[in-house]
Amino acid sequence: MAILNVNLTRVESMNLKKSLQTAKRGHKLLKDKLDELIKKLIQLVQENHVLRIKLDKMLANAYQNFMLAEAVISEEYLAESLIIPKKSIGIDISEKSIMSVKIPKYNFNISDNNDNSAIYGFAYTTSELDMAIDKFSDLTEILLRLAENEKSIDLIAQEIEKTRRRVNALENVMIPNYIDTIKYIGMKLAENERSNTSRLMKVKEMITKKNQ
Amino acid sequence: MYKVAVIGDKESILGFSAIGIDIFPAYNEQEAKQIIHDLEAQNYGIIYITEKLSLLINDEIEKYRAKYIPAIITIPGNSGSLNIGTNKVKEYARKAIGVDIVFKDENETME
Repeated sequence: MAILNVNLTRVESMNLKKSLQTAKRGHKLLKDKLDELIKKLIQLVQENHVLRIKLDKMLANAYQNFMLAEAVISEEYLAESLIIPKKSIGIDISEKSIMSVKIPKYNFNISDNNDNSAIYGFAYTTSELDMAIDKFSDLTEILLRLAENEKSIDLIAQEIEKTRRRVNALENVMIPNYIDTIKYIGMKLAENERSNTSRLMKVKEMITKKNQ
Repeated sequence: MYKVAVIGDKESILGFSAIGIDIFPAYNEQEAKQIIHDLEAQNYGIIYITEKLSLLINDEIEKYRAKYIPAIITIPGNSGSLNIGTNKVKEYARKAIGVDIVFKDENETME
């Protein structure tokens, strides 16, 4: 066990006791924070799982439709049809704080550029393209939710690692060191006290002998 | 106001342009890295990347993990899902918590 490098005095011992108390309180707080973060992370991971499965299924469907459209429509017309997007997406990012971890919250503005749902000519495109684009439109919401969810998981997971290290350092290094050092100082002081007492007794004995 | 982008092979990402996501075709490591770097400077808040491409620039994506903005999210390409996104989340959770989170509701959500 490690003894901290401090002076062996009563004042030092009192200071250490104060530090020990602070360390214990910090340890408790950090542990609570860790528990809460883990709870949140588990919840987010479960949400993520559901979102992923949904996305995988819908995206596969959308790709399938799009490939059909690609097969029917010539490449140049397809590219041309998609030059002007049907919608435009902008996101506002606001902060949300969970246990002082800042996680993003995306507010999205999806605006239709055109009241008319189709922005390409009908002459060279087929209904496959309409369907494919509909499928992709359905994806928007889930894509953005997934982004928010995964970024939150990233940030929280990192914070958990950091907090865990701190909790461990307090629990396994700092607090035991404080306790050991306080005990050591107490013992050292008691020993000084005893040796002092015995010396005094010895001196008293010598003086009484001399006076006789 | 932040914008949204998707990076990947052209065949996969072309459809996204229909819903207002900006598309940036890339096929190799250098291209992808360059594009991500440029996009970060251009106020893009979310960057989606196809799984195949994300495998090539894993360490680059790792760098952006700690950053608040942008979020880099992997999505399946048109050749099917490789489950990279799910596995990555699982890995992060395992690292942070120390145990694999078992999905009890797996069977329910699969149906």
